[in-house]
Amino acid sequence: MKTDIILAGVGGQGILSIAASLGAAALNENYYLKQAETHGMSQRGGAVVSHLRIADHPIHSDLIPLGAADLILSVEPMESLRYLPHLAPGGSLVTNTIEFKNIPNYPELESTFEELSQKINIIRIDADQIAKDTGNPKASNMVMLGAASPFIAIHDDIIIKGIESIFKAKGDKIVEMNVEAFKAGRTFSTKNK
Amino acid sequence: MQRNLLLGVEAIGQAAVDAGISGVYAYPGTPSTEITEYIQHNQTARERNIHREWSVNEKTALEAALGMSYAGKRTIACMKHVGLNVAADVLMNMAITGINGGLVITVADDPSQHSSQNEQDSRYYGKFAMIPVFEPSSQQEAYDMTYDAFEFSEKTGLPVMMRIPTRLAHSRAGVVQKTVQEENKLKLPENKNQFILLPAYGRKYYQSLLDKQSWLTELSEKSVYNEYFEGKDKSLGIICCGITYNYLMENYPHNNCHYPVVKITQYPVPKSMLTKLEKECDELLVVEEGYPVVEELLTDFFGKGTKVSGRLDGTLPRRGELNPDHLAKALGKEQENTIAIPDTLVGRPPSLCAGCGHQDTYIALNEIIAEAGAGRVFADIGCYTLGALPPFNTVNTCVDMGASITMAKGAADAGLSPVFAVIGDSTFTHSGITGLLDCVIEKTNINIIIVDNETVAMTGGQDSSAKGRIEKICEGVGVNPEHVRLFVPLKKNHEEIVNIIREEVAFNGVSVIIGRRECVQRIAKMKKLNKAKKQA
Ligand SMILES: Cc1ncc(C[n+]2csc(CCOP(=O)(O)OP(=O)(O)O)c2C)c(N)n1
Ligand code: SF4
Repeated sequence: MKTDIILAGVGGQGILSIAASLGAAALNENYYLKQAETHGMSQRGGAVVSHLRIADHPIHSDLIPLGAADLILSVEPMESLRYLPHLAPGGSLVTNTIEFKNIPNYPELESTFEELSQKINIIRIDADQIAKDTGNPKASNMVMLGAASPFIAIHDDIIIKGIESIFKAKGDKIVEMNVEAFKAGRTFSTKNK
Repeated sequence: MQRNLLLGVEAIGQAAVDAGISGVYAYPGTPSTEITEYIQHNQTARERNIHREWSVNEKTALEAALGMSYAGKRTIACMKHVGLNVAADVLMNMAITGINGGLVITVADDPSQHSSQNEQDSRYYGKFAMIPVFEPSSQQEAYDMTYDAFEFSEKTGLPVMMRIPTRLAHSRAGVVQKTVQEENKLKLPENKNQFILLPAYGRKYYQSLLDKQSWLTELSEKSVYNEYFEGKDKSLGIICCGITYNYLMENYPHNNCHYPVVKITQYPVPKSMLTKLEKECDELLVVEEGYPVVEELLTDFFGKGTKVSGRLDGTLPRRGELNPDHLAKALGKEQENTIAIPDTLVGRPPSLCAGCGHQDTYIALNEIIAEAGAGRVFADIGCYTLGALPPFNTVNTCVDMGASITMAKGAADAGLSPVFAVIGDSTFTHSGITGLLDCVIEKTNINIIIVDNETVAMTGGQDSSAKGRIEKICEGVGVNPEHVRLFVPLKKNHEEIVNIIREEVAFNGVSVIIGRRECVQRIAKMKKLNKAKKQA
């Protein structure tokens, strides 16, 4: 088993909570894991990326090679495009549709996604809205993780356990809300696959 | 075995605590900052109440670490690569004095300049100082090698450098920990002259450093961290330094690299391994993160010997961070048919946060610059450097910490008037005060704007040594209190800010104008921390 995931977003959007949940899940299962993060300057509203690699055997590189990622999971639509050369043939792209416009030249993306969808499996999801609908507007990243989960080679029960261990310290209520958000994302994705 | 998910930097912090350090000394700098932050929050470190406050700069940090070592205790100093430039004086000289308690200097290099002014390679400093350098290839090795480095330092009597690149610093993996050691007892150096570098002593100690070199090479050759992997295909021998070994092996998923490989994680280079490789193989490929340090060493000047390729001959890129794809290309295993990046994609550079006070300062300063003419804003390093980018385009220089005041002074000496220096509060105490004293002594006509957000924001909101002290420092250095001005960088104060700057421009002499408002990210961070504390 191996699953290579590119997590993308904009500095400050908290993609690391997604990585942390998967990391906890992997550790619970005694899987090997490597996860490269972006710290520093780019966290001031720049493009950030995390390479997350999970396997049942030792992993060499902290970085995912080109054409090897099973999944690009992006919490921002334009950022989902930045790492496309890393995607493996047959890989999937799951992205939030809510645009983060902190640059003057933010492009129109609709036609790009249409064109791309001819070539790869794309799931676009308004995670913010679904998070609101589940009553936890702050949990859009867990909605995203849920939406991506059908494309991750780890059973969803195990991921849920990972989410539980990450949010445990904040109390049962928070845990429950995040798990709900995860499930809502997963439902959306399985329906729109 | 219990594995904890740790960043490379966290693994180093944990290992240092477990090896029984009595103090960490550091000034923040990406990607080294989290070593100290990790130790600051570590349970054992707290219980033992080891030293874990931030230092004012890297030089004071490394000197204090040397003092702790003098007293017989183990200590670690941490900094980013350019920080070692600031601490280079003590580094070069502590290699001569040697150490008493184990001393490790962790230097985090930043190839590809993710968050730095340059991508200098600290291994050159290690070589320059003639001290052992450890360059781990994984988080577990970062832990193990740091844990061992203190003993190694005590055994050799030398400071040990741990060199890590950004990629290892900021990547997580499961790490197994070892037992926690006791701290060393206080113990003065046996030779009471060990730390006196009068020329007569210095010459002797330098000779002893020279005499140790062949022993250090021998230790590298025997080190479990340097490895020789046999391979059937002798047309090429590969030398991989630090994490580049992983990039090589990524291209051989079944551990089936058919070329002989030497993995180097401890310097000086293991000469016998390299000699064997050269003898066995037709050609050599050197793979290293940063500058071509080892490649240069092995490439023979007249080109008569074994062909050596790497970053110098273009087999690998000369500049920037390496990755598995560079190795794939060098080995003819390049990935084809990847999906292209659509043309619609545009860059997203970092920018000042919404509500950041630096913006209000630059908007006001731009009004003055429109009157005074462009090309006279000497800035410094921190979040406020982003004032060099649109929409502000205010800043004309950013070179090294503290250079705002001193470069503005030089330009003023050359006849440019008015001149502005823009410097952050932390940068001011790091390296600005000495330049200010130069200005005061020479009555330079300069306007120094200290953008005081009461924290070290760029590196994640650490405590600033400047907090609550700036006015007193300036007045103590000799700035006329009438020309130490204060404003609050808020939109509603725009007119007032412009007026203050204008008044100080009219004054011929040293003006210090302080814009003080706490960084909004720091406010949020402290709120979160306090909430977590209350919950606990
Ligand atoms: C010699 C050196 N040490 C450390 C750094 C890393 N670094 C960059 S900016 C900065 C501090 C900035 O703090 P401050 O001057 O208060 O500005 P702010 O980011 O808060 O606006 C640091 C530590 C560096 N570039 N050079
Ligand atoms: S982190 Fe603080 S100082 Fe830096 S841009 Fe954001 S608000 Fe401004």
